[in-house]
Amino acid sequence: MTDLPVALVTGSRNGIGEYLVHWFVDHGYRAIGCSRQLPDWTLDQYEHFLVDVTDEIAVKQMFSLIKQKYGRLDVLVNNAGVASMNHSLLMPVSTVDRILAVNVRGTFIVSREAAKLMQKRKFGRIINIGSFGVPLRVEGEAVYVASKSAVVTLSQVMARELAEYGITVNVVGPTAIETDIIRNVPREKLQRLNDQLAIKRFGTFADVANVVDFFARPESDYITGQVIYLGGA
Amino acid sequence: MNQKEKIFQIIISVANEFNNGLTNRIPVEQGRDAPLYGQEGILDSLGFVSFIVAVEQAIEENTGVAITLADEKAMSQRNSPFRTIGTLTDFVLTLLGNEQEKNGHD
Repeated sequence: MTDLPVALVTGSRNGIGEYLVHWFVDHGYRAIGCSRQLPDWTLDQYEHFLVDVTDEIAVKQMFSLIKQKYGRLDVLVNNAGVASMNHSLLMPVSTVDRILAVNVRGTFIVSREAAKLMQKRKFGRIINIGSFGVPLRVEGEAVYVASKSAVVTLSQVMARELAEYGITVNVVGPTAIETDIIRNVPREKLQRLNDQLAIKRFGTFADVANVVDFFARPESDYITGQVIYLGGA
Repeated sequence: MNQKEKIFQIIISVANEFNNGLTNRIPVEQGRDAPLYGQEGILDSLGFVSFIVAVEQAIEENTGVAITLADEKAMSQRNSPFRTIGTLTDFVLTLLGNEQEKNGHD
């Protein structure tokens, strides 16, 4: 059991997730993360679980351990996500299934279990990661963007269902950040995407953390079902 | 105390806790026949959600087994397992039995 607030970040092995767990620890949280493979780093006040978010039983087991060990969960960031850039005409169905499984089903399973734990203390912040691809209708990302649209709608409905329990659900929609997920996208395409933003630059992890910070604050208890896109997307 | 009685007592104690916050209380004195959810039920839909989550957690705390009460089968059964404290007790027992079989010990 802990008196410190506890934050769980899925997909924390690298990229935004890794940055966010460090951010949470720096801001006085006990941080927990999960991914399918172990990270190549460790951190005080941080615990990592080897969990695939699409595996309901594994997720439930992780929450049993969180409940026993920490007794609470204040913030969940559903960051685990996969992308595959492909023209719709060339998109394999197995890839469609995988994207939807991680991005939608995974977000749902982890949110459901988190909310069960959060509602005990009548406090919780669920923050989902969307994408600027939704408002920009980015070509070549039909299924990824559709999955993130689903995340937005899921968040907005869950926001209503969970308000009763003091739990807010919001979405931050990052722009292109130089992470693994876009490493196969040609540079000129990324530049074209940046040109469609109000603020024409790559996003940074700190830009994402700033919005996560806003949604996570106890004072943000009147902010729910909202989507904030970075860069003016 | 056998397993059935144990589960029954866990559900009764969750119901007692709930009754503190309910205007329409669950008539726990009716024992297994106490209505929960459905035509004759006491709980409204939100109350039902909270009650089911509380029962799941109490079962896990007391038995160490994590079960999901609102599975597809339960939600579509003609005779809902959530009608009364008795039907819910039986349903939990079935789920616990299934979990133990999965784990290879009974």
